Amino acid sequence: MTATSPANISIPLQIDSVVKRFDEVTAVAGISLEVHERACLGLLGPNGAGKTTLIRSIVGRVRPDSGSVLIFGQPASSLAARKELGWVPQELALYPLLTSRENLDAFGHYQGLRGKALREGIQWCLEWASLADRADSVVKTLSGGMRRRLNMAAGLIHRPRIVLLDEPTVGVDPQSRNHIFEMVEALRAAGATVIYTTHYMEEAERLCDSIAIVDHGRIIAQGSKDELVAKSFGTRSDVLMRLAAAPTAAEWAAARGGTLQDGVAHFPVDRPSDVASLLDAAARDGLDVIDLVLRRPNLESVFLQLTGRDLRQ
Amino acid sequence: MIFTIVRNGFRGLRRDRGALILSFVLPVAFFSIFAIVFGPMSGNSTPRVSVLVVDEDRSAASERLARGLEREQALVVTTRPESKTGEPQPPEYTAVTAEEAVKKGTAPAALIIPAGFGVNPISFVPGTSRKPIRILHDSSNPVAAQMVAGLLQKVAMTSLSGSMADVGMRYFAQASGGLTPQQRKNVESSLAFIRDQAARRDAQTGGAAAASGDSFGGLVSVEIRDVVGEKKRSPMISFYAAAIGVMFLMFTASGAGGTLLDEADSGALDRILSARVSMTTLLAGKLTYCMLLACAQLTLMFLWGAAVFHLDLFTHLPGFFVMTVVTSFTVAAFGMLLASVSHTRGQQAAIATLLILTMSAIGGSMFPRYFMTATMQKVGLLTINAWAIDGYTKVFWRDLPVTDLWPQVGVLLGGGVLLFVIARRFARRWESV
Repeated sequence: MTATSPANISIPLQIDSVVKRFDEVTAVAGISLEVHERACLGLLGPNGAGKTTLIRSIVGRVRPDSGSVLIFGQPASSLAARKELGWVPQELALYPLLTSRENLDAFGHYQGLRGKALREGIQWCLEWASLADRADSVVKTLSGGMRRRLNMAAGLIHRPRIVLLDEPTVGVDPQSRNHIFEMVEALRAAGATVIYTTHYMEEAERLCDSIAIVDHGRIIAQGSKDELVAKSFGTRSDVLMRLAAAPTAAEWAAARGGTLQDGVAHFPVDRPSDVASLLDAAARDGLDVIDLVLRRPNLESVFLQLTGRDLRQ
Repeated sequence: MIFTIVRNGFRGLRRDRGALILSFVLPVAFFSIFAIVFGPMSGNSTPRVSVLVVDEDRSAASERLARGLEREQALVVTTRPESKTGEPQPPEYTAVTAEEAVKKGTAPAALIIPAGFGVNPISFVPGTSRKPIRILHDSSNPVAAQMVAGLLQKVAMTSLSGSMADVGMRYFAQASGGLTPQQRKNVESSLAFIRDQAARRDAQTGGAAAASGDSFGGLVSVEIRDVVGEKKRSPMISFYAAAIGVMFLMFTASGAGGTLLDEADSGALDRILSARVSMTTLLAGKLTYCMLLACAQLTLMFLWGAAVFHLDLFTHLPGFFVMTVVTSFTVAAFGMLLASVSHTRGQQAAIATLLILTMSAIGGSMFPRYFMTATMQKVGLLTINAWAIDGYTKVFWRDLPVTDLWPQVGVLLGGGVLLFVIARRFARRWESV
């Protein structure tokens, strides 16, 4: 999924060495990526990592300074590529004074749908987003979760083969988030190729079969969740040791191959029995251990290991 | 605590460019514009009235009067149409051609000195048999006729001093029972001297007439006739419908064009442009929407004028249609330009308020342009308002055919296309970055 091959009309997305700078800031620093049919790629990264710029390059809203983006072998800015792409932006990009149906009608027209195809598209969207009973409600009267779902539907009314979802669950309650997960799963079941950006690990773990971790405009790791964990930690587990405030705590953790984040020291351990030696060392060096957790590493651990930062920073 | 609140207010204001402009730049700009329009900055910029003068009498008195009118600084006297390059000089205006010219709006008034005027040009009492001077005017400029009539009396006082003395002596002779031959000889000699002095003064000054604002009402007999609006019931309604309509049209177009900025803010613009819609198509769509909205607004305005103020809309439908379509197009393009040059709604509101009120002030939407100085009247031609109002005036006031609207239609259409092209150019910032 990383190395790009020559333009291929059977590959949904091929990104080759894309660079994009905004004045002095390099938002994307040479990303290459290939996403195959029916795959779901999660783009994980903190704010400012370059995820949104990468997504906007894919939908043709950002012109890369160098490199190329191909959609089924066609340049991203071409009409043929636009037809295959469905983009759901982070913002609620809707007409607030129109109803759900009128919004879908407008965006369907913008995607070139007419007549029966448009009517069927609207109907499919309303059902997919569970908004059939609010079809004639003005958007500003809908709840936050409903607006999010309508926002997704408006991007997919033309039934594209590639779907780009840019943090679709921002600001929604857990129930609505679950609803959105089900919508994405339905899309996947229908055969769509999905690219999903988020900084929620659990979303990526649940929905994506491949994950690319983006930081400072680069992909610093890519693979399935298990591959990423194995690559970063091998068979090791993760020890989270909460320490009472001490000036030497960070230095102490680093000396044992760990990192200190918000008073919690993270250590990779090969065997569970290694916990005992860590506790002994803390007691010997006068550090007060408040509590301790032993767990198998997850994506968050991978991210922390790779970047030294928490994903939501 | 109060200090903190005040400081926060000023900090916020400093960073809100739109509010800063509204607070400080706009008032100063408006003050300056209105000062220029209403309070001429130089002494020579007093509004002057254009008048066509026709001398049917060709007597010494009528010629002196015509020359006196020409010397009058408040009047711009024309006696023949402008000659076109390479063509022979056109003949002088006659009463008929002058009336036609006033109807077409060439000048707001014409002054006809009738044949026989010189026989008995002035009188100190009413009822004397005099040939009246006719003033034909266009009442869409209600000031012009009154000004010409007043200045005519003034010029009569200063230009026809010989006639005044002559008539005075005749009254005296009648009242005193007749003059002796010697007395008559002395009087004739004095009158000759007065005429000679007047002729010398004319030759020497060649310009300013003697100052005398308080002329005797009716020294020369005058008939004033409205040749354009005499059959109209509500002379100024069409003017106000167009003037106020165009001003509000511009506010409407500014608001409608501002939806572009709303869409850019909400992300909808990104989504639309990532679909199969180009920036040109999107702008053209917005332009069409603005234009239809403007057409509806103008139609409502004129329908209301017809229903309530007896505006004669239904006999002027072709002209109304043409002017409404081209005015709406230009105003819509103006709305597009405002949106595309602005970065925020606040900025757009500030620019729109400044531009629209300025254009309305100098373009004749707030008060007729003939109240302004000649320079300001020319500056007014840089505005949409002036051309639109002129076009509607031609249709509703002068009853001119649609073909006579070509200057207004040409300027408005050309201006609209230019504004749209500039707007499209600025809108490139919304395309891929």
